[in-house]
Amino acid sequence: MVFTDVNFTLGSGQLLELRGPNGAGKSSLLRLVAGLGDPATGLITLTGGSAELTIGQQAHYAAHQEAIKPPLTVIENLKFWGDFLGGGDLAAALAAFDLDGLADYPAALLSAGQRRRLSLSRLALLPRLVWLLDEPTLGLDAASLDRLMKLVRGHLSVGGLALVATHSALALSADVTLMLGASS
Amino acid sequence: MKLLWALIRRDLMLATRQGGGVGTAIGFFVTVIVLLPLGLGPDQTLLQRIAPGALWIALLLSVLLSAERIFQSDYEDGSLDAMALGVVPLELAVLAKAAAHWLTTALPLALAAPFFGFLINLDPQAILPLGLAMIIGSVALSLLAALGAAITVALRRGGLLVSLLILPFYVPCLIFGVAASSISDLVTPSLLMLAALALAGLVLIPIAAAAALRAYLK
Repeated sequence: MVFTDVNFTLGSGQLLELRGPNGAGKSSLLRLVAGLGDPATGLITLTGGSAELTIGQQAHYAAHQEAIKPPLTVIENLKFWGDFLGGGDLAAALAAFDLDGLADYPAALLSAGQRRRLSLSRLALLPRLVWLLDEPTLGLDAASLDRLMKLVRGHLSVGGLALVATHSALALSADVTLMLGASS
Repeated sequence: MKLLWALIRRDLMLATRQGGGVGTAIGFFVTVIVLLPLGLGPDQTLLQRIAPGALWIALLLSVLLSAERIFQSDYEDGSLDAMALGVVPLELAVLAKAAAHWLTTALPLALAAPFFGFLINLDPQAILPLGLAMIIGSVALSLLAALGAAITVALRRGGLLVSLLILPFYVPCLIFGVAASSISDLVTPSLLMLAALALAGLVLIPIAAAAALRAYLK
């Protein structure tokens, strides 16, 4: 059992900050919300979204691994996700993390921070209602951090939901803060 | 359909840029066929008798060799997570991955096999039936490889387990495949059985493999 008695409600346009020590279950909770896990007991519901799609299909899930193929170029990586997820705005995704100049480089040449930027730029590729971000700030420089915050702010302002697991302080005020594993 | 094509195209692109898996399979195939006559001696009638069987076994093992990789990198870098959250059902994504494996590994081997047959004195009359049987059979082989890969995706050194799990399913493919290759008739009952195996796999394996992948993602 990773955690029990976790309860939260997040309204439209609200940000949830997920905190807790290593191993407290932050990632597990995000995976549960995405539908990539089965809770032993309990219920996760989304009201106001599409009734036909699962929560996961209406969510962007940015894990700490980066779903990037090193042999493909930056733009090819993005184009694949755009095509596979049902069409996306490549120019907006490139611009979101200032990857225009790197578009034609193979992803194998990117640094750790650039890989993270490429991985996160999927958020700007196509709109989805729920954002599940697992330690999104890891390895980002100050400028990219600003861009990420701007992106999240924009997402919230159009009524999106964001769940962010993080150790560092975000430059955004969270509407709900959930502390996991505080007692142990 | 367009969404699936995106996945197939990406896998084809990865296969041509990396070359690793495909090159290994083809290299292995050629090695077996080149070494076989050296090991068995220059008895032409013996070689002609065993040629279809030898080619089939080489094809089977080459496909098996590349099986492990089908889902591994997508699992490790989290692409599979994102795919499971896509609008495309995971079953169809599995089918697309299997199709990409077939196009990059099994089909090229099946097309090249009759020509490598010259090295082991394959009866010229058997070239056409062998080629046809291999093209149809390779569909089943790729699908079974995908099933094995899905079942062992999160296991370190899953290769051994893939072989053990998939071997029983490869036996009927081998039996009907060799039977269909050694007669000069083009359409034989064995070929139809092989086609039936491929079609059954086409329907059932994506469901089974997707279930296995989901179990690992949870």
